[in-house]
Amino acid sequence: MLKQCEGSHAVAATVALCRPEVICAYPISPQTHIVEGLSEMVRDGTLQGCEFINVESEFAAMSVAIGASATGARSYTATASQGLLFMAEAVWNASGLGLPIVMTLANRAIGAPINIWNDHTDAMSMRDAGWLQLFAENNQEAADLHIQAFRLAEEISLPIMVCMDGFILTHAYEQVDIPTQEQVDAYLPPYEPRQVLDPREPVSIGAMVGPEAFTEVRYLAHARQMQALDLIPQLATEFRQQFGRDSGGLIRTYCTDDAVTIVVALGSVLGTIKDTVDDLREAGHKIGVLGITSFRPFPTNAIRHATRNAHRVVVVEKCFAVGVGGIVSRDVRTAMRDRPQRLYGVVAGLGGRAITKSSLHGLLLKAMDDELEQLTFLDLDWNAVNRELERERQTRRSGPIAENLLRDLGVVAAGAV
Amino acid sequence: MTASIVKFYQTGTHTVGNRLLDPSQRSVQADMRRTNSLNSGHRACQGCGEALGARYAIDAAMMATDNQLIAANATGCLEVFSTPYPETSWQIPWIHSLFGNTAAVATGIAAALRVKGRQDVRVVAQGGDGGTTDIGFGCLSGMFERNDDVLYICYDNEAYMNTGVQRSSATPGAARTATTPAVGTEPGNVFGQGKNLPLIAMAHEIPYVATAIVSELRDLEAKVKRAMEIRGARYIHVFVPCPLGWGTNSWDTIRIARLAKETGIFPVIEAEHGELTGVSKIRRQLPVEDYLKPQKRFAHLFAPVLNTAAIDRIQALADRNIRRFGLIDATTGMGD
Amino acid sequence: MEKPFAITLDVGSSLANKTGSWRTYRPVYVDRLPPCNHACPAGENIQGWLFHAESGDYEQAWRALVQDNPMPAVMGRVCYHPCESSCNRGNLDQSVGINAVERFLGDQAIRLGWSFDPPASDSGKQVLVVGAGPSGLSAAYHLARLGHRVTIHEAGPMAGGMMRFGIPKYRLPRAVLEAEIQRILDLGVTLRLNTKVANIEETMREGQFDAAFLAVGAHIAKRAYIPAGEAAHLLDAMQVLRGMEGEEQPLLGRRVVVYGGGNTALDVARTAKRLGATDSIIVYRRTREKMPAHDFEVEEALQEGILIKWLSTIKNMSDEGTLTVEKMALDEKGFPQPTGEVETLEADSLVLALGQDVDLSLLNDVPGLEIRDGVVQVGENMMTGRPGIFAGGDMVPSERTVTVAIGHGKKAARHIDAWLRGVVHEPAPKHDLATPERLNTWYYDDAPKQVQPTLDLIRRQSTFDEVVGGLDEGNALFEARRCLSCGNCFECDNCYGVCPDNAIVKLGPGLRFAVNYDYCKGCGICNAECPCGAIVMVPEAI
Repeated sequence: MLKQCEGSHAVAATVALCRPEVICAYPISPQTHIVEGLSEMVRDGTLQGCEFINVESEFAAMSVAIGASATGARSYTATASQGLLFMAEAVWNASGLGLPIVMTLANRAIGAPINIWNDHTDAMSMRDAGWLQLFAENNQEAADLHIQAFRLAEEISLPIMVCMDGFILTHAYEQVDIPTQEQVDAYLPPYEPRQVLDPREPVSIGAMVGPEAFTEVRYLAHARQMQALDLIPQLATEFRQQFGRDSGGLIRTYCTDDAVTIVVALGSVLGTIKDTVDDLREAGHKIGVLGITSFRPFPTNAIRHATRNAHRVVVVEKCFAVGVGGIVSRDVRTAMRDRPQRLYGVVAGLGGRAITKSSLHGLLLKAMDDELEQLTFLDLDWNAVNRELERERQTRRSGPIAENLLRDLGVVAAGAV
Repeated sequence: MTASIVKFYQTGTHTVGNRLLDPSQRSVQADMRRTNSLNSGHRACQGCGEALGARYAIDAAMMATDNQLIAANATGCLEVFSTPYPETSWQIPWIHSLFGNTAAVATGIAAALRVKGRQDVRVVAQGGDGGTTDIGFGCLSGMFERNDDVLYICYDNEAYMNTGVQRSSATPGAARTATTPAVGTEPGNVFGQGKNLPLIAMAHEIPYVATAIVSELRDLEAKVKRAMEIRGARYIHVFVPCPLGWGTNSWDTIRIARLAKETGIFPVIEAEHGELTGVSKIRRQLPVEDYLKPQKRFAHLFAPVLNTAAIDRIQALADRNIRRFGLIDATTGMGD
Repeated sequence: MEKPFAITLDVGSSLANKTGSWRTYRPVYVDRLPPCNHACPAGENIQGWLFHAESGDYEQAWRALVQDNPMPAVMGRVCYHPCESSCNRGNLDQSVGINAVERFLGDQAIRLGWSFDPPASDSGKQVLVVGAGPSGLSAAYHLARLGHRVTIHEAGPMAGGMMRFGIPKYRLPRAVLEAEIQRILDLGVTLRLNTKVANIEETMREGQFDAAFLAVGAHIAKRAYIPAGEAAHLLDAMQVLRGMEGEEQPLLGRRVVVYGGGNTALDVARTAKRLGATDSIIVYRRTREKMPAHDFEVEEALQEGILIKWLSTIKNMSDEGTLTVEKMALDEKGFPQPTGEVETLEADSLVLALGQDVDLSLLNDVPGLEIRDGVVQVGENMMTGRPGIFAGGDMVPSERTVTVAIGHGKKAARHIDAWLRGVVHEPAPKHDLATPERLNTWYYDDAPKQVQPTLDLIRRQSTFDEVVGGLDEGNALFEARRCLSCGNCFECDNCYGVCPDNAIVKLGPGLRFAVNYDYCKGCGICNAECPCGAIVMVPEAI
């Protein structure tokens, strides 16, 4: 049923249709509206057979989910940013134990400086935690990916993060097709756990594993993610058959067949990039877009295949690894190994900075002329940066960087320090 | 006290069993059919108080729930010595997740059981003092506050033993640990309030809080049984001597526990909804030196010079416990 | 369930890990000799019969008791219970009232008419027992149960020996004594009263006895020379006490003085009081501390109004009954020495209670006998120098108590039995003593000793009713349960409970426990927490 609603509410409504049995919630922006929605549905009886638990921290949220999942309950939670870091230890534990928890990550920057706006740093901080990470391009896909995530997680017994851009998607009102309960039930069977805590068949879960078997355990987790590379496209195909629309899959390509230049990105920014590419195509440039839906497992072969004819690849990513550079671009480079293609890394949209069509337009023109640096920071205010660097050179006690920059930019009154 | 006073039988209620007792009055541990929830072959040190306390408690819980029990276990000695791949000593459904999240994992288990309509299956969370009073405290307090249907059992051996005897917030004043060495002007752990988790648990006004000690098996079992009669958040704090960490003889584990109670060092109490409902009286009061002397972690109090000030301080703490909880009957000057 | 590799494990799989290899000491179950058993002159397995009494199975307890001693009702009254003096519970609060429980069992047996198991076989051997005192009766009982044909020749008109003629009724009611004697006779023992054996060799030959046990006791009163007038009423203790068993009670008068410091002196003084004496006075040459009589008897006598003149000797007695008494003083070595200071005492009669000698006339002409200090010398096997003739009780060197006598009877019977079968009786080796430091007394509840009722004073001074009453069933059960079971497992389950490694196997009721050495790490908690010291830690040979 088509519905004009906030992204968070679309996700909440869809998650409810997945019949989660235990939901644990701890507030953090910008994910709060999702659990608020679910809370209301549990309270008003819309969502039955579900325990909604208000926990005291994200660490507890993931831990409650671990306990519930290990006891055979379909378990769900949502978080963002600092919350994901606070639960980090449990995040690794859930995947290590092979528990198919589904978690919405409303992507948000990580402080300090504290920042509630969107980028992908939080997701990237956990990219090696053993979870599958699926990125939604829009609210329809955000909703749909949850249905696929429960099915996939339970099939391979690994947890999945469904990543959707904070505010940009979570708080955006747009039309979303919310499926019926029958449709979801037909696609998503009840959870049949691979292991369960049950007095009828007692087991010890969570043994201490030493050097004699640890590598094997880790490899098996990897092998299951590799299996997911086959399973994800299959589930997307089944999804199309059941729901009549494309959602999910490993990657999504746009105008890449003849493209000399391919722009790679994750999440909602793909819309702006496609609009920009449309303009550039009209101007005669052979340029296309590759959206990565499954960042973990990383679809190396699919990307390698999709970019085989391009001369250059521009990775626009909302995160970066300080001291090295791009994160997504490094994985993409792996997919393009042994080829004489150029690859440009572009860091954009950190902490919620808008990625505008005009900035992208200029950036891509330069890229197509191969005038880009290996690593580019889109719309970086060099004046502010240079002023601060100069200040630090001159004064030992140069003060807090963030506040200095804000003062320079006139956001904070001068002389406040 | 919840431990019912049985008719006098040769050794009264003090021994584990007694051929003369009516079977209904015998302890779970005396029963040939006890679960041995924590089975032989575990790798705890010789004379481990925690291994003993855990089997006492979980066997009692198994008996009380007709074997319908699931346990969540914090990282620590109990976890490491019981479940090194490829062997586990547990005979019950059991999960280890992390050091600091056991109460929350148990909450999740309880929630799953509730949603699946299997409330006949009960949930126990267990950990050491570090996993309870320090790193797991947040999750524990949350579980208490929500009144989740979980019995949390803390096996308190007063330091981080698994990592090599470092101080925890349950370490007593003057005790030597690897991070509070017996050197300098004030050797050993600093004196302070410490964290009295039973009282903190009582402040949450949860339905049931109790302390117990491995030397009083019947009392311990009665408390586990009582806890299992109640729904909601419950907490039992079990005092378990650690021969390795405390520097005691492996055969003295129960004796040391007994001394902790008889000196007033460790009050054995129980409370419901935040109010004290029972106190296990001191039977034969002893000075704290009797408790301190057999432990190498307190050896610096006695040699090379006698540290009277520190011993007096510890005695004062014991005396305070005795006053505060009424550990000695005013009329007889002695306990039961 | 298809379990994830390595992180999920099958329950109880740690049994594959045999932690017994860590052990440097191993716990081993032992039995130790309880001090009560060790101290019992009659060789009773006290702890053994208390064990049954604890569970309320009094008949089983009595049957265990009479394996060693056929007269528990008597013993429960007259034994000076060295078992209680050595009882480890004495270090805890008060010793277990073993004697009172024994009496309860004995009385219960009489009340309910329990009888001995008949002999399992007949050896065809004839054994003569001379003397129907405690030693003779005990020997007769044990010999009969071993299948031998026993005949007792008793010189006196009644059986019982010193139990009858040496112990007043108020300490041992005669009905009790007779019941226990009759039960022995019911085993088929022949008793010939008024049959004094003048010559043992002759009697054995005539009766075709294969062996003999002599237990004639010590009945001849020792006399001290005390100058006395012709009319002075001077008697000995045996006359008085034996007279009490006759039809006419001895006439002692209103003022009676007893000379001596043993239990017999007290018995006579207390008897005199009951016979109507207004003054019943004991004169003893040393102090109360030195007095050979048992203190509780002294106490009872004093309660009843008996006066005792300490540090006093009797110099003479006049026809009018005036006694001259000299005060004594202890020298540095503790011996009484005359002071020359005298006083007088008026007495209607003076009774000498200075001990007894043995009538050894039946042994004249027996070759190979050795008699020293007025008693017959016997070997470890209770046999005299004459093969086939054994002796016991007061006529051999020993402490002269009923319990010792009963013990002699048992011991002699076993050796006679072996001798008759041509073998040597080897007593089972004794376990190490269960000493108090081996116990963990924490586990024993505080439990005061049960007090036996005593007769009120007026009746004690005027009648021969029994002074000390018995325990009722509740008290007796409680008292039995005060036993610590020193040195012997009583299945308290402590070892089974306290093992952190579940390495103790409970074998079931009555079967005790075993150690599973596959898993025992040798921590020693079982040993430390065993209440009764029935475990030892033994070094492993590494």
